[in-house]
Amino acid sequence: MKSNSRRKFMKTLGTSLGVAGVVGGSSILSSCNNVESVSGDKIQLLTSSGELVEVDKSMLKPADLPSLSENQKKGREGIPGKSWVMVIDLSKCRNARKCMSACQNHHQLRPEQHHINVLQMQDAEHTAPYYMPKPCQHCDNPPCTKVCPVNATFKREDGIVLIDNERCIGCRFCIAACPYSARVFNWFEPKDADKYKGVTYNIEANVPQKKGTVSKCLFSADRLRDGKLPSCVSACPNGVYWFGDRNEDAVTNGTTQETTTFSTLIKDNAAYTLMEELGTKPRVYYLPPKDRAFPFEGEIDDHHS
Amino acid sequence: MKRIESADESRKLLDKITFDLTRSIVKKDELTYFWFFILIMFVGVGLWGWGIQINDGLGVTGMRDYVSWGMYIANFVFFVAISLIGFLLSSALHLLKIHWAKPISRVAEQVAIAGVALAGLIIVMDMGRPERLLNVFLHGRFASPIIWDVTVVTTYLTISVLLFYIPLIPDLALLRDRLGDEVPKWKITLYTILALGWKGNPMQYKTVYHAMRVLMLLIIPVGLSIHTVTSWLFAATLRSGWDTTILGPYFVAGAFVAGSAAVIMLMYAYRVRYGLKDYFEDIHFDYMGKLLVFVCLVYLYFNVNEFLVPGYKMKSAEGVHLKNLFAGSFSVMFWVVQVFGLILPLVLLLIKYFRKPLPITIISFFVLISSWFKRYLIVVPTMEHPFLPVQNVPENFHTYVPTSIEIMITLFSFFAALTIISVLAKLFPVITIWEYAEDKGIDKKYLSEKPRN
Repeated sequence: MKSNSRRKFMKTLGTSLGVAGVVGGSSILSSCNNVESVSGDKIQLLTSSGELVEVDKSMLKPADLPSLSENQKKGREGIPGKSWVMVIDLSKCRNARKCMSACQNHHQLRPEQHHINVLQMQDAEHTAPYYMPKPCQHCDNPPCTKVCPVNATFKREDGIVLIDNERCIGCRFCIAACPYSARVFNWFEPKDADKYKGVTYNIEANVPQKKGTVSKCLFSADRLRDGKLPSCVSACPNGVYWFGDRNEDAVTNGTTQETTTFSTLIKDNAAYTLMEELGTKPRVYYLPPKDRAFPFEGEIDDHHS
Repeated sequence: MKRIESADESRKLLDKITFDLTRSIVKKDELTYFWFFILIMFVGVGLWGWGIQINDGLGVTGMRDYVSWGMYIANFVFFVAISLIGFLLSSALHLLKIHWAKPISRVAEQVAIAGVALAGLIIVMDMGRPERLLNVFLHGRFASPIIWDVTVVTTYLTISVLLFYIPLIPDLALLRDRLGDEVPKWKITLYTILALGWKGNPMQYKTVYHAMRVLMLLIIPVGLSIHTVTSWLFAATLRSGWDTTILGPYFVAGAFVAGSAAVIMLMYAYRVRYGLKDYFEDIHFDYMGKLLVFVCLVYLYFNVNEFLVPGYKMKSAEGVHLKNLFAGSFSVMFWVVQVFGLILPLVLLLIKYFRKPLPITIISFFVLISSWFKRYLIVVPTMEHPFLPVQNVPENFHTYVPTSIEIMITLFSFFAALTIISVLAKLFPVITIWEYAEDKGIDKKYLSEKPRN
């Protein structure tokens, strides 16, 4: 009697598991049904970095996608052995804003949301104005991660400050704490929310964006994992950005692809960090806007008000 | 303390006191219904507004990426502030054996409970993802001042509720025994349950005294923490206007000003509405006026420190902030708040006439409104002036203007707080009967007597 009922149970369990397997499997495979026969059909796919690509249907194979929690775990650990730094050469920037648009594409941002913002700066009344691209400074003593009540924003071992929008409660304390105004909030449904519905969250690109959570520059951590430079760095037409690994002491220019010694670059050009007096220890270095390649043609907004 | 020896006289006086102090519970007229109708209407409208906000996102508010904390946070600070008066009046003054404050302590506790409960609620309403509130407990990081705030706010609420409830137990027994047909049956059941089978023997009184004393001692560090930690939500950042070491005591001093004003207004309301002229006496208003003068002076001292010292140096970012307050877009609000909320009340209340019930209530009204705007001035102007220029964003990112949804939700908080206070006043005496009777020299043994027919 007892073993009978157990057997019955096992049978039911087996059947339900089988059914679930078939349903689940077929839904995964539904996109590559009749692989051979319909070759030539194109299908649009969204990559993990948020780009829309078109591939032939015959190319499709079911893949083992890392689950959300694995993704988040990997995202929290960072890329082993790396210590990312960015150098921004202010003498090269002419406000082309290609970095801004590339970034907004990559991170699915609305036009008013800036992970990187090119500011028009003037330090004192009579000094020369200049353009200053301002990403997150990825501080080594980050005021933002300190104040997060739920550990949604955190500092990884490779130096990047990330945010987990699956955990963020939207208190915006990090926005208040950041002296660089580097963080943005999703006040409404994010751009193209419908299009990206159901897409697994990629913590290293913070896409899809989520309503009611904070977003910020991540040094394109997803691209770094693929061995690519951050979106803004690659998009710059004027050689403003250098990006690389401090452990290797090497940085690569996103425009010229030239690689140079990081320590020499910042030493020879008298690099500085933004508002170093605040003790935040930024990972973004600025080369002063000396001998500028382009004239300043902007208009200075009133500095503070 | 004088004692009344005659049993008859004691019983008579006790009957009168009980009759007067239960009037708030028994009284039920058109005005009561109308008042609750108004309260529920505003609460309902506010909750509806919150529904819209949850559905559409926080974008329905005037907040944007630069001014990312607005009216809600200012309102949160305001409610934390007024709740602090519970600790001053019902604990600190008691422990200092200042007896005049005794009848007021229940009123102060009502304000404390309503204030801190609403503060907790407002902060949830300010969240972008309120449904993830549990994350605070699941993933809480003790390095964040928000976690400290959650800890002390909940502790303060708990202690305040206990400090409201425990001295009330003998009264609940009294109400259980004495109130008959005047109140609905569920109220009697409620009193019976809450009275915990109180009999009024010396052992029980001893326990109550002991518990009260422990709670009064406990609430002092917790009370100080709650507002100090709230100030640290700002002081822990690097922003000019918040990045100051005196923010903690500055907030605490301001809280006493706001809370005293709230208590005075409530005392006057009870005095008029429930005919408690002989209980909230002129002398109480006079003393409260003097207390208000004292806390205003302390607050003035902190204000001078807070504005004069950085104003003298005018460091660049600080200077922009201060100019904006003194002579810029916030100057009207700033000076009105300073003059009508602090300096004028301070001067007027030095004159005896203005410490009479009606004048002081009117003054308190101005003080309370000003102290709300004072919190607004603490939160918003600082956020409008970050270190780096605000560029490449739409016009509405530059300055903050609250939207109707925000005003609805803020009004909600006021009416919800008034609802809590009103419900407490309709359920429980606004002055503890037994303490009051004891002060008048009635022996405790008469309290637990069954009423004569």
